[in-house]
Amino acid sequence: MAGESGKIDPMHQFQIEPLAKLDLFGYDISFTNSSLFMLVVLGAIWIFMAGGMKRELVPGRWQMAVEGVTGFINNMMSSSIGPEGKKYVPLVFSLFMFILFANFMGMMPIGIVPGAHAFTVTSHLTVTAVLAVLSFGTVLVVGFWRHGLHFFSLFVPHGTPWWLLWLIPLIELFSFLIRPFSLALRLFVAMTAGHVLMKVLAGFVINGLNAEALWVAPLVSLPSFILMIGITLLELLVCAIQAYVFALLTSLYINDAVNLH
Amino acid sequence: MPQIAQILETYASQFFWMLLVFGILYFVIGRSMVSKIDANVEARDRKIADDLAAAEKARAEAEGLVAGGSDALNAARGEAQAKAAAAKAKAAKEAEARLAKADEEIAAKLAAAEADLAKARSKALSGIETVAAEAAADIVAKVSGAKVSAAQAATAVKAVLS
Repeated sequence: MAGESGKIDPMHQFQIEPLAKLDLFGYDISFTNSSLFMLVVLGAIWIFMAGGMKRELVPGRWQMAVEGVTGFINNMMSSSIGPEGKKYVPLVFSLFMFILFANFMGMMPIGIVPGAHAFTVTSHLTVTAVLAVLSFGTVLVVGFWRHGLHFFSLFVPHGTPWWLLWLIPLIELFSFLIRPFSLALRLFVAMTAGHVLMKVLAGFVINGLNAEALWVAPLVSLPSFILMIGITLLELLVCAIQAYVFALLTSLYINDAVNLH
Repeated sequence: MPQIAQILETYASQFFWMLLVFGILYFVIGRSMVSKIDANVEARDRKIADDLAAAEKARAEAEGLVAGGSDALNAARGEAQAKAAAAKAKAAKEAEARLAKADEEIAAKLAAAEADLAKARSKALSGIETVAAEAAADIVAKVSGAKVSAAQAATAVKAVLS
């Protein structure tokens, strides 16, 4: 984002700007650019899914793509949880699709339209925290619902020697409680870092071209531009991998809750 | 970092809109659309499995029919062979019977013919004796002038001839 003074601020892209003031019980729930992009992501997912809803016996290309995604989540759930995993497909599917589409939406070259900026919803800790709490909350609810207090046996793995019984549950409890934070932070950091890096490299390209000394452009801008292409491709890969990792970890955590160890 | 710098001003809006959007996503797309798509995929898988089973059944049936057909064919062939053999045997028997009958008839005719022949021969022989006796009586009368009776001549001829 080129500032007014020609200075490039790689953090400006994460700025939340209210578009319409809204208030609910004294809480500020303004419609912001972040909310707008959440709706854009939702709309994109809906269009993608609606395109595959013809439900023909012999699927077309679009229907194949949609069935490929649902089949992918179905397989993930049945392989990590088993036949009971089917119940949790809607949750993991929603998480996966939201993260995937939000990540990709943040990579869209919307900036070529003057005044418009792409916004990566998943680069916000508040958003990833909600997603992580949904994932972790499901694990807690399912775990206590199915096993009651027996769910605490999750913290005592099979084969723990008696003389370690004072230590292992503590470590297990700690690793269990850190899950929502690791889920939220992993996604937030990956998206933020990638976008900062891309913006910094883009700044190098633009500032190099604007430099008064003529040698700067070929020496700085060109290598930065080439590197930027690679980083962008890598970032696209990271977008997909982060969505996959979030979905896979959620499915594994739900497996803990459903089947204990 | 705006994510942290703005967190106090924006958390309520972020939470609200995120939960709203995720709620819609979960209930409208995750629960309803995905289950419909899954149902369709399952229906397709089931149809393919059913069709394969039906094809397999039809194949087994066809194989059974082929086996039954060859059995019937073998049976028919055996029957035909048996019939042909029986007909041949019957024909042979009939031919034999007819042959035997013909043989008998021929034998009877032969015997009759032989009897006729013998009769004719004896008749001829007796004719010759009479003629020879007459001729002998004539020859005796001419040569010696003695008269011999017909009975005497016949006895003499019979004695010479036999």
